[in-house]
Amino acid sequence: MSSARVFIQTHDFDLQQEVAALHAGDCRVGAVCTFVGTVRDRNHGSDVSSMELEHYPGMTEKAIEAMIDDAHRRFDILGARVVHRIGMLEPPDRIMMVAVVSAHRGQSFQACEFLMDYLKTQAPFWKKERTPEGARWVDARVADDAALARWGIDAPNA
Amino acid sequence: MKISIRYFASVREALGSGETIESSAPTLAALREELIARGGAYASALAHGKAVRMALDQVMSAESAPLRDGSEVAFFPPVTGG
Repeated sequence: MSSARVFIQTHDFDLQQEVAALHAGDCRVGAVCTFVGTVRDRNHGSDVSSMELEHYPGMTEKAIEAMIDDAHRRFDILGARVVHRIGMLEPPDRIMMVAVVSAHRGQSFQACEFLMDYLKTQAPFWKKERTPEGARWVDARVADDAALARWGIDAPNA
Repeated sequence: MKISIRYFASVREALGSGETIESSAPTLAALREELIARGGAYASALAHGKAVRMALDQVMSAESAPLRDGSEVAFFPPVTGG
């Protein structure tokens, strides 16, 4: 299993390569679950032409590392990897991915969703989108806080 | 004590990327109060009732978190990654 787990980068990623690096030929793995987030061209009724992603260097990596540690405590998984892009992105660019490997599918499905719910509300990233009406910061969603609360974590963001 | 402060996203646009200050504020809440008392952009960007999240030494923290010499504090709006 590859030791690096969190990658914050401006450049794009290749899902197949990331999964191969995570899987690393480990024959205990029977399930690989991935999530990829991409830039939409519509948000709150406006056309989105591009999106700029800012983060808190240092804290971002620590926060996501801690989330992956938590996922290992909660689920019977063999590994997880998170790649998140920063900088200028356009529809339909890839923004980020989570990949999880486990022996059986249930644990990796759950851990993947857990990591996404956690990252959405607790990792220090901010999106600013450009629309015909001007540039605007994306608002956090209360629904994302509710998604995290399902895992017994009470840490409201929005 | 010396506190290093960082601002991100909309708070950064209003207040700049950060500063290092001398402060005797015992907690994050007290530090926020001290900055609000400067008035102007500080008062509006960090106003109570505004959704401002805080990190202490790069960990999301509640307002009651205690500060010490050399603490790194960050103020920012709710996060929107993923």
